[in-house]
Amino acid sequence: MEQKTKVIAEDGKQDLLITREFELPLELLFKAYVEPEIVEHWMGTKVLKLENKKHGSYLFETTDPKGNKHRFNGTIHDIVLNLKIIRTFEFENMPFGVQLEFIQFEKLTDNTSKLTIHTVYQSVKHRDENLKLPFTYGINMAHNRLQEVANNLK
Amino acid sequence: MNLRRDVFQAIADPTRRAILLLLASQSMTAGAIASNFDTARPTVSKHLQILTECELLKQEQQGREIYYHFSPEKMKEIADFIEPFRTMWDDRFNKLENIMKKQQ
Repeated sequence: MEQKTKVIAEDGKQDLLITREFELPLELLFKAYVEPEIVEHWMGTKVLKLENKKHGSYLFETTDPKGNKHRFNGTIHDIVLNLKIIRTFEFENMPFGVQLEFIQFEKLTDNTSKLTIHTVYQSVKHRDENLKLPFTYGINMAHNRLQEVANNLK
Repeated sequence: MNLRRDVFQAIADPTRRAILLLLASQSMTAGAIASNFDTARPTVSKHLQILTECELLKQEQQGREIYYHFSPEKMKEIADFIEPFRTMWDDRFNKLENIMKKQQ
């Protein structure tokens, strides 16, 4: 089966490409990126600020199971309704620095659309640190789960 | 103690990537590899050591010479590294799709 979400990260390059086709009209896909309540829902984060305009900025905050707060922020460089968002993205206190994101929205048919995110990092090393994150996180999750099971055995 | 090297650290360096490319098609001795670069011989040796520690290269004794050859299994591991990242976005986008379908 072909994968719906594709990630292209070429060796030695400091950028990556994420593409995804949705069974959604273009307008709804775009809306999911600009309506704070909807962003909160699918990103699993709190939206503290989201100014959808040129020179606007945004600030998201998530709380992990341990109660630690993590913040994401960025500046919106350009935004065109149902077409594109160009913004910076920074996961605060993480080793992968500030990224530049080109988010493109495309109509395929009346009921389907395509999302393309082109992310540029400061260096290859920064990009690879980001790619590794869910891997490390996955290991931690498995570890926490084991801990939980072990605690229940006591 | 020799700390285990990180495979990402190994491929982050342009000279090391060039060495991997060079060895992708043929096995070579350290001397033959070094002759392809302007860098000093000990520098190339250091790169070979790092790549070997990461298991991206394997050494093979042939007579008096030691040949280096590329070991692709470890590169596959790099591809597998991307998979959790892809899955994370896939889950997120599935969620987006489900939420927005209800809005229709």
